[in-house]
Amino acid sequence: MKPRCLRWRTISACATIAGGCASLPVLAQSEAIPSFREVDSMEARVQGCVTCHGQSGQGTSNGYFPRIAGKPAGYLYNQLVAFRDGTRHYAPMNYLVAYLPDAYLKEIAQHFASQRPPFAPADPMKADLETMRRGGALVAGGDAGKGIPACVACHGVALTGMEPGIPGLVGLRPTYVVAQLTRWRVGERHAAEPDCMKRVATRLSDADMNAVAAFLSQQAAPTDPSPEPANVVRMPLACGSQK
Amino acid sequence: MRQPEVTVMKLAFKILLALVVLAVAGAAVLWWLRPSALPEPGRASTAPKDATTEVINRGEYLARAGDCVACHTEATGKPFAGGRAMPTPFGALFVPNITPDDETGIGRWTPDDFYRMMHTGVSKDGTLLYPAMPFASYTKVTRADSDAIFAYLMSVTPVRQQNRPHELKFPFNNRELLIGWRTLYFKEGEFIPDPKQNAEWNRGAYLVQGLGHCAMCHTAINALGGSSESKAFEGGMIPNQNWYAPSLTSNREAGLGNWEIQEIADLLQVGVSHRGTTYGPMAEVVYNSLQYLSDEDVKAMAVYLRALPQRDSEPPPTSQARLVSPSVMETGRKIYSTQCAMCHGEEGKGHPPSFPPLAGNQSITMASPVNSIRMVLNGGYAPGTRKNPRPHGMPPFSHILDDEEAAAVVTYIRVAWDNSGTPVDASQISELRKLLPE
Repeated sequence: MKPRCLRWRTISACATIAGGCASLPVLAQSEAIPSFREVDSMEARVQGCVTCHGQSGQGTSNGYFPRIAGKPAGYLYNQLVAFRDGTRHYAPMNYLVAYLPDAYLKEIAQHFASQRPPFAPADPMKADLETMRRGGALVAGGDAGKGIPACVACHGVALTGMEPGIPGLVGLRPTYVVAQLTRWRVGERHAAEPDCMKRVATRLSDADMNAVAAFLSQQAAPTDPSPEPANVVRMPLACGSQK
Repeated sequence: MRQPEVTVMKLAFKILLALVVLAVAGAAVLWWLRPSALPEPGRASTAPKDATTEVINRGEYLARAGDCVACHTEATGKPFAGGRAMPTPFGALFVPNITPDDETGIGRWTPDDFYRMMHTGVSKDGTLLYPAMPFASYTKVTRADSDAIFAYLMSVTPVRQQNRPHELKFPFNNRELLIGWRTLYFKEGEFIPDPKQNAEWNRGAYLVQGLGHCAMCHTAINALGGSSESKAFEGGMIPNQNWYAPSLTSNREAGLGNWEIQEIADLLQVGVSHRGTTYGPMAEVVYNSLQYLSDEDVKAMAVYLRALPQRDSEPPPTSQARLVSPSVMETGRKIYSTQCAMCHGEEGKGHPPSFPPLAGNQSITMASPVNSIRMVLNGGYAPGTRKNPRPHGMPPFSHILDDEEAAAVVTYIRVAWDNSGTPVDASQISELRKLLPE
């Protein structure tokens, strides 16, 4: 019952399949292919996640699917429950977790929260300097005039998130960040009340969202990817997910 | 000279004691780490119960068997408060509140009203129910069981929530049409045990034909939303869900003639078995209903299902229909080897029950390739059940494989290892992609 590891074999297999793989980093691609050591393990049980989120939750070469490794277990659990119950809408996720009980979703969340895979190198910078400057200003200091707090005030000085419910932002690609902020603004995505992220998203213009996403995508990997502990800092807005 | 001996004895005793303590601690840790049982509704205590408690407990169990909660509850709504939209080919139905609220629920119903509704499909106020409510199956439920379910529903928390009117298209919004439908497709009558069969078979038949309402999906529905008794359990597409409910009578589909009773019972109650795994709508049935049934009842259903007469509505595919071009087969084999073999094995044997076998799996080889295509595109998790709370899952490949590649790998699993399926082409993949969540 110990299937052999495919990880190395698939790199050569990948190279032989014409087209598809050639332009992608070989590592990223093979990390998104099912592989495990023991059938009776969490590693085998979460194979349902790997083609989008990578073997260890590090993300894949696809820009939309987020890195989930190392995000606080409470945040990941809240998302899994929301996908299961249909309060967060993304059809492929809603379908996959529809019939999974709370205890198991918690275990899946803890599994990915404890992973520490390396960060993928940032994509080449596409934004202009002015956009990057605006993004940097919002991330580090917010915009007092528009009532926007700094991202770092809640998502951690190193942007690695905060226990128990606030996700890290490092390693997220612009497509994903912009899509989530937009969904929050139009009311398609929610968090527990009081929904602090909705207050932030409704104050951000499209240009602001692009700037924040562009800046975040260029951040270097943190030396310690773990989320900050809860309640070390006073947060500028009340957030239901921290209660 | 005796001193050292005593010391050695003492030391040996201490070591023994330490080992015993460790073993006890180990056992305690194992006990503490054991997977906690999910709450067993209505059966928490073994103390003798009064008659009312007994009836309500039995009603709760039977309501589980009938899976009332699945339709009568919204995803984040209160149990049985209704409101869930049920898309049908004729428009959307909104499922009613069946909590005992006097104004908006069934609080003012009597056991007679409830039995009439279950037995004849006529509501308390005389309106004819749409057959999305499986009264064509529930008509088989005994009066005693109907009364128990009613007693249980009266005992749940009343929720004040107005029923939402249905949004059916013309002419289906006219309930008078149901008179015609009922004449064609509805046969009223409680289950009559077959004296030629034993009690177990009859119990299984009662559950499958009655509360289980299996025919709602496993008997094909025609353009009028009816199903014909002569085609009972022969399978069909589930309207609006785009899953194919396989025939339970054909050995080429999910016909169970060559399954062990335990394998059928596992599929129903655990959600996984050594022969196959439930996904999609069947996973929902297992999750909400079948996992809560007793081992005896599930076994009775398995006994009945296995004994269904075997008949195939279509002849097996000809060798001509099974021809696959070598290049498609080679593409399929390569993809399989890279993406699928890790879990399902190079020979398609899988790691049952965690990862299902594909070789000899009727749900792969049956005439309709819909479910296989869906699984390759969207993946899926077996339901998390009391006997399998941590199921394994399959990832989606819709973003990794294009239509040609997905068609090649589905073709491969349908014909490799002596599987008796037929090839699929890229247009079938692209058609389903349009309908499926992506």
